[in-house]
Amino acid sequence: MSAISRFLTSRWGPVLTGGVIGVLAPVLVKLGNPGNMGICMVCFNRDIAGALGLQRASAVQYIRPEIIGGLLGAFVAAMAFREFKPRTGSAPLVRFLLGMLAAFGALVFLGCPWRAYLRLAGGDWNAILGIVGLVAGIVIGILFLRRGFSLGRNHAAPKALGWVMPAVMVTLLVLLIVAPEFGRDANGNPTGPIFFSKTGPGSQHALLIVSLVVGLVIGFLAQRSRFCTVGAVRDVILLRDNHLLYGILAFVVVAFITNLALGQFHPGFTGQLIAHTDGVWNFGGMVLAGLAFTLAGGCPGRQLFLSGEGDGDAAMFVTGMVVGTAFAHNFSIASSSAGTGAYGPLAVIIGLVVCSAIGLTMREVKG
Amino acid sequence: MSEIKTIDARGLSCPQPALLARQALQKAGKGTIEVLVDTTTALENVSRLAKNAGWTVNVENQPQENYRLVLKK
Repeated sequence: MSAISRFLTSRWGPVLTGGVIGVLAPVLVKLGNPGNMGICMVCFNRDIAGALGLQRASAVQYIRPEIIGGLLGAFVAAMAFREFKPRTGSAPLVRFLLGMLAAFGALVFLGCPWRAYLRLAGGDWNAILGIVGLVAGIVIGILFLRRGFSLGRNHAAPKALGWVMPAVMVTLLVLLIVAPEFGRDANGNPTGPIFFSKTGPGSQHALLIVSLVVGLVIGFLAQRSRFCTVGAVRDVILLRDNHLLYGILAFVVVAFITNLALGQFHPGFTGQLIAHTDGVWNFGGMVLAGLAFTLAGGCPGRQLFLSGEGDGDAAMFVTGMVVGTAFAHNFSIASSSAGTGAYGPLAVIIGLVVCSAIGLTMREVKG
Repeated sequence: MSEIKTIDARGLSCPQPALLARQALQKAGKGTIEVLVDTTTALENVSRLAKNAGWTVNVENQPQENYRLVLKK
């Protein structure tokens, strides 16, 4: 076990993790997941929010096993390698807010950084401006970090706190399997409290067990290797450290090759799956997401995996993302294949103002 | 004996432990710097950063999975 751990924490760990995700994500698309969405850490939380009835966009409602598996895989890895360390207290409310804003930005673009790279690897050139926006958002976040931005220190928490998110995931798994429908609609037909899409992206998914196992594998590897799609860019610029960057390069290259092999590479701007061609807001949405992720300390995947190792503050960010995705659909902020939502651009602008205020005002309080 | 500067990065999330260490290493140029961290991720990040900058790294395990890194150049 210690040899595996040494390998995964070496410079090859992120490369292996990125390569594995690069194979598995396109394979999940082949097995039923939505196009260029083998894995998306925001869209999948949005689908979960929909399945729980927090948003009622009928095309995007499903409890995604990849999220459940991802957190539980990280939990298992943290337990196995003695890194399960419950902690909290680093501005959880602000992290919740950052999670919401990151979800707004990502849903204006239509994808988290993971999906941005997957869209690129599938030939969706709209992703290029999204990734440029992501990098711009990270650069803005770095400016705040250099000026002394900090969400403050966490402190050790009781072990029970670290078990909350794994327990939530097990509960979601039970709800996914049982899918209770004890509500009644106006015509007396069974409905809710769990909603699953019958058409649209929410209805497209691989077999539960396949998605769950893929999530477990990714969560395990990513917890050990610290794979992070935002930290990769941040560390190169801020610390001149390209340790994580090689993981992203492996991810994109392997996903591209896998898409080619599976006949899923379709280059172009138009006709892309679950994507729009509004370049300004593909860029703008990801500036907001990149900034929010950077201020919170990592990409949505990393936040999920940190939650699995007991980080209660990262869990607040994840919870904020779930709630944010629900607001994004209820308030017409999320884009669709037809273009941006009515209030998407406004939400991005407000989000950037709020993130800037957070970046300028949050400092460690001594004493 | 020269004074040892201490960076207490315990409880801080990414990338602050590495950023604080990097700023301290650049400011000092050489000498001895002590960095306190409380996660293995921060331990790895600070160690990698210091080694890449030509510093030697000595790690001491402390109670409750805390680590004390002594960086020398």
